[in-house]
Amino acid sequence: MIFSHDVVIVGAGGAGLMAALYAKEGGADVAVVSKLHPLRSHTGAAQGGIGAALGNEEEDNWLWHTFDTVKGSDYLGDQDAIEIMCKDAPRTIIELEHYGVPFSRNKQGKISQRRFGGHTRNFGEAAVRRACHAADRTGHAIMHTLYDQCTRQGVRFYDEYQVLDLIMTPDGACNGAVAYEILTGEVHTFHSKIVCMATGGYGRAFKTTSNAHAGTGDGLAMVLRNGLPLEDMEFVQFHPTGLYRLGILITEGARGEGGILRNNDGERFMERYAPTVKDLAPRDLVSQCMYKEIRAGRGINGKEHLYLDMTHVGEEVLLKKLPEITIFSRTYMGVDPITEPIPVAPTCHYAMGGIPTNFNSQVETGNREAIVPGLYAAGECACVSVHGANRLGTNSLLDLVVFGRRAGMAMAQEIEERRRERKLPLPDAPEKRTRDMLEAILSRTEGEPVVNVRTDLQQSMMDNVSVFRNDETLSTAVADMEGLRQRARNVVVRDKGKAFNTELMDAVEIDFMVDYAEAIAAGAHHRTESRGAHSREDYDKRNDDEWLKHTIYQSDCEGNFEFSYKDVVITRFQPKERKY
Amino acid sequence: MKLTVKIKRYNPEKDTAPHWQSYEVPAEPLDSALALLLHIKWHIDGTLTFRKSCAHGICGSDAMQINGENKLACSILVQDIVKGDGDTITFAPLPGSPVIKDLVIDQTRFFEKYRAVMPWLINNTPPPEKERIQSPEDFDLIEDATKCIMCGACTHSCPSTWADPDYLGPAAMLKAYRYTLDTRDEGSDERLGVVDSKEGLWKCYTIFNCVQACPKEIDITRWLSALKRKSVTARL
Repeated sequence: MIFSHDVVIVGAGGAGLMAALYAKEGGADVAVVSKLHPLRSHTGAAQGGIGAALGNEEEDNWLWHTFDTVKGSDYLGDQDAIEIMCKDAPRTIIELEHYGVPFSRNKQGKISQRRFGGHTRNFGEAAVRRACHAADRTGHAIMHTLYDQCTRQGVRFYDEYQVLDLIMTPDGACNGAVAYEILTGEVHTFHSKIVCMATGGYGRAFKTTSNAHAGTGDGLAMVLRNGLPLEDMEFVQFHPTGLYRLGILITEGARGEGGILRNNDGERFMERYAPTVKDLAPRDLVSQCMYKEIRAGRGINGKEHLYLDMTHVGEEVLLKKLPEITIFSRTYMGVDPITEPIPVAPTCHYAMGGIPTNFNSQVETGNREAIVPGLYAAGECACVSVHGANRLGTNSLLDLVVFGRRAGMAMAQEIEERRRERKLPLPDAPEKRTRDMLEAILSRTEGEPVVNVRTDLQQSMMDNVSVFRNDETLSTAVADMEGLRQRARNVVVRDKGKAFNTELMDAVEIDFMVDYAEAIAAGAHHRTESRGAHSREDYDKRNDDEWLKHTIYQSDCEGNFEFSYKDVVITRFQPKERKY
Repeated sequence: MKLTVKIKRYNPEKDTAPHWQSYEVPAEPLDSALALLLHIKWHIDGTLTFRKSCAHGICGSDAMQINGENKLACSILVQDIVKGDGDTITFAPLPGSPVIKDLVIDQTRFFEKYRAVMPWLINNTPPPEKERIQSPEDFDLIEDATKCIMCGACTHSCPSTWADPDYLGPAAMLKAYRYTLDTRDEGSDERLGVVDSKEGLWKCYTIFNCVQACPKEIDITRWLSALKRKSVTARL
């Protein structure tokens, strides 16, 4: 079938719903197409907070937030975009509150705020209470409220339709998407004036991750396959506190409420590495320090984990402000944080890189001047870049809502301006490439199952492209991709049916994963310096002379790729050595 | 240990009726029930079909009947459901909605009921420049209800819902409670007009199945009783 809408949004997490809500309120006819029911999206798993200098607990200032974000990004974030985000933050949070988000409250009845890693007062003096939160289920509270509001506004949802390709005109504009309806196995064309990618992150490319099974980064591969670039893919955030072996997230808010990391000697080791903010140092730094402790033999009982000690924080704080992580620890580890320390290790958490966009969420072709007509992107799949080489906690939810909102408003305005235009005509057989791909998988009778390829890809990324990297590991990872690509294209599925064939979608996703995993590994190999979350053992210093620039990656998805560069926008804050 | 995993299977393209199929699955006490299903799907039988996503109890995808009780597969561990080696675990779809395939149910009706209760904040007073003030005590009234992940475990455990498919059911009415009792909301008349009805609050006979089924341990019946009181007061 052909479905026709002004705007098609791919993905229904925080960014997709925010874009949908504001585009719809601005008068556009909006469809949200998502492989999951919207409420199953991974924004719901965001725990600890959303950053905004509301100043509800103590003096705060959007400029301090801007500085912290720039410094947190290891000076790779674009300062104009960061300034917009931090300035927009208070107003956007207030709008969310007016929409009904159930934020936790302080004694005055205002939105409650708490401390988080890397957020400080007065340009690094001391930790500041900036993270607005709904207990430790902030993403859940925001996402459900946004879905409620989109329902009220009559946004058209296509639930469990998995978008597998973009439709591009010969002139390079985007005018639609191709989706597989999971319920029926039918392939459909969505014809639109605008497509907005909001497909989220790719944590599932790594063995240990806090991300949902759905976090397979589909949108990144679709963009690459249509000849468009990705930016700064080498920057992958490992969150310091994942539950040992499982990777399930324990919010940084736990340390914001007083939690302490300890090694096997019981030492609060972060005091040595970050004397001012200690356990509330940014995530790149804390994850690196944790691995240093483990490598020095100070992991707990010789194992590859440390302890997050909450026992001194008290039952009341844990049950009132951190109830979810208290339950996660009890359920999955059999550990009660009220009386015992929680075993934790870094877990793959967030993609700083992604689809290059300007600060109206329009996709750029790689240099700042040219945009891809009709294509927007917002949220984790996009790279504005506000996170640079390392994202601060609470800034992902903020990125989603600020740039999702800006995408929605910009799309509504563009639709208004193009009201009298027809949609650009569809090419002949827009679904052909997708149908051929699916048919090739379904008709194959010999081959290995998806799980074998996926497990090997996840293992290679974990072994070679995680917290510490070097020439040897990165060369290995890049070389691994060639074999993995061939294997991913030759997997066999046992389910040949049309009804709810999730095994078929698993097969498509592993093929997608190779394309952007190659971008991550190759980007990390290419960048011969250490910056933020990208830590090279063989190039252990930041090198501003050569590398204070964004990498732009393009690929034919056949193993041939190239890099170009984009300048970092520096306005107020000149790069300095980063100390906490 | 090794477990026998018995699954109620149904493929609409092949089967006229559901049937049980058993698999032998290696397991550790700390594995989640979801891990058993993933093991089967990935290593034994790729046709086995179920929804899943976050795998730690916040997305609400994988509510199903496990050993006869509605649970989130990702949030219950092997050690919580079996005694030891050779034991059997059964999986079936949530009861009370049409089955699409294997453990996947059709949630159309479930979300229609959600939409029916006007599940959004209604407030036509122009908002202040800053946030609307809400005391911590007032927030406490709704916090428990805001934990709802819309997994459907409650509504599909409710005998009143099984008996009357038009009954709104606990999940939708909990949503009505969450907004009606929100001190920022001005839409209680409209919303109570929907839930103060024969297919609404008064078909809740306080059986408490919903409370027992809720994976987020929400005190649903308590809040529905509070909503009943609110609707009676509103009528006076």
